[in-house]
Amino acid sequence: MRKLSTSMCAASLLALIATTPAIAITAEETVAEGKAVYMGKSRGNCISCHQINDPDANLAGNQGPPMVAMTQRFPDKRMLRAQVWDASKNNPITIMPPLGKHWILSEEEIDAVVEYIYQF
Amino acid sequence: MKIIKNITIGLSLLLSSQLVFSAQPGTTLASVNPEADRMALQNYFKKRFPDAELADYVNGIYAVDADSREQWEELESFPPYEFDVEEGERLFKTAFANGKGYADCFENGGVGIRQNFPYWDKEASTVKTLEQEINECRESNGEKPLKWGKGAIAQISAYMAWTSRDNVFDIKIPEGDEGALAAYLEGKKFFYTKRGQLNLSCANCHLQGSNVRIRADLAGPALGHPSHFPVFRSKWGSLGTLHRRYKGCHKDSRSKPLDMQHETFRNLEYFQTYMSNGLVVNGPGSRK
Ligand code: HEC
Ligand code: HEC
Repeated sequence: MRKLSTSMCAASLLALIATTPAIAITAEETVAEGKAVYMGKSRGNCISCHQINDPDANLAGNQGPPMVAMTQRFPDKRMLRAQVWDASKNNPITIMPPLGKHWILSEEEIDAVVEYIYQF
Repeated sequence: MKIIKNITIGLSLLLSSQLVFSAQPGTTLASVNPEADRMALQNYFKKRFPDAELADYVNGIYAVDADSREQWEELESFPPYEFDVEEGERLFKTAFANGKGYADCFENGGVGIRQNFPYWDKEASTVKTLEQEINECRESNGEKPLKWGKGAIAQISAYMAWTSRDNVFDIKIPEGDEGALAAYLEGKKFFYTKRGQLNLSCANCHLQGSNVRIRADLAGPALGHPSHFPVFRSKWGSLGTLHRRYKGCHKDSRSKPLDMQHETFRNLEYFQTYMSNGLVVNGPGSRK
């Protein structure tokens, strides 16, 4: 009986993985996606306003603060995500676009870009 | 989707207009004071860029950024708009089929009058721009109107600006004329209101964001914006009118841009040029 239920569990786990391959992306893939969002002109275009210590970030703008010491400044990652989702909540006249609220990025893209900048 | 988007844009409009209320008074017909607005804008930039001369704001970003100024001065040593001024003069002086010409439509034969545009036309109850009157002149003489953004209309406007260089902008909001004041107010509100998917106002980039990098672009200060138009812009590779620029900048907020010479753009021009009163005409200009 016990053996049976374990193997059933394993089977359903396998089935889960097999039917939802999109979820099975690695942490590196998420960060790479986040980087693409950060740099992409038609995506987040964060680079147009924020410097970041990534060798691929050339000609970054300086409208906003540089992306440094993120874990110190945002010990709670959810606060960081909230800033990206709708910057106008903290500062109604901010120049930073409300990337989530105005559907500029998808929820997954926001998660990815947060993971990417959280490394710096 | 579209409806929800409109609602969120509407909401943010509301929010930001409240902000305008608290940040700067004068957002109603009863309280608006154009002269106070003009002084406030000058003072804002005096504080922001203490080393820049007021008179130099006609040079846009080059008034406040030394690096790009150097490149620009090189550009100006062989002004890219020279040909356009000559062509504009030729067009201006070429008679219409009926024998009349542009000179017959304007005060002082159209020479040295750029500083008075745009103006409030009481009879028509609307703001009139120079380009608009160039086309009205054509149509009342049986000619087809020109396209608004570039080409002949920009060249004629450039020639007219050229004959007005160093004249001081003198935009009037006639005392006691509510229509004129309302047009000014609409232009002012348009300038400060956030819009589009990126939720940006003109002020976001041209006040707060002036001389701060957006990627490799530098938005210039709002003060003096219209003074040197039409402008030869290297990125365009041609001369363009102020409304061509408005359209492009409006798109930068990812909103659907208005048509050139739309009443709202004319009101915006009225507001922006009033803000430039006291500065001189130095059109046509050149920009990177
Ligand atoms: C048009 C300019 C602009 C763009 C594009 C932009 N930001 Fe910002 N950002 C700002 C400004 C300005 C601030 C400063 C705070 C404020 O004014 O609200 C800011 C603040 C932040 C902060 C808070 C930093 C701190 O130390 O408080 C984070 C995190 C951030 N931005 C991330 C992003 C990410 C991620 C993107 C892209 C997905 C992005 N920004 C796109 C202008 C921008
Ligand atoms: C996303 C940022 C952004 C927004 C929003 C924006 N602009 Fe601009 N604008 C720029 C940049 C960058 C330039 C080119 C540099 C310059 O000349 O200032 C520019 C140039 C201009 C110029 C020409 C300045 C010159 O000296 O030739 C005018 C006029 C202008 N903008 C008006 C507006 C108005 C009016 C709005 C609102 C409808 C607006 N802008 C919104 C970024 C912006």
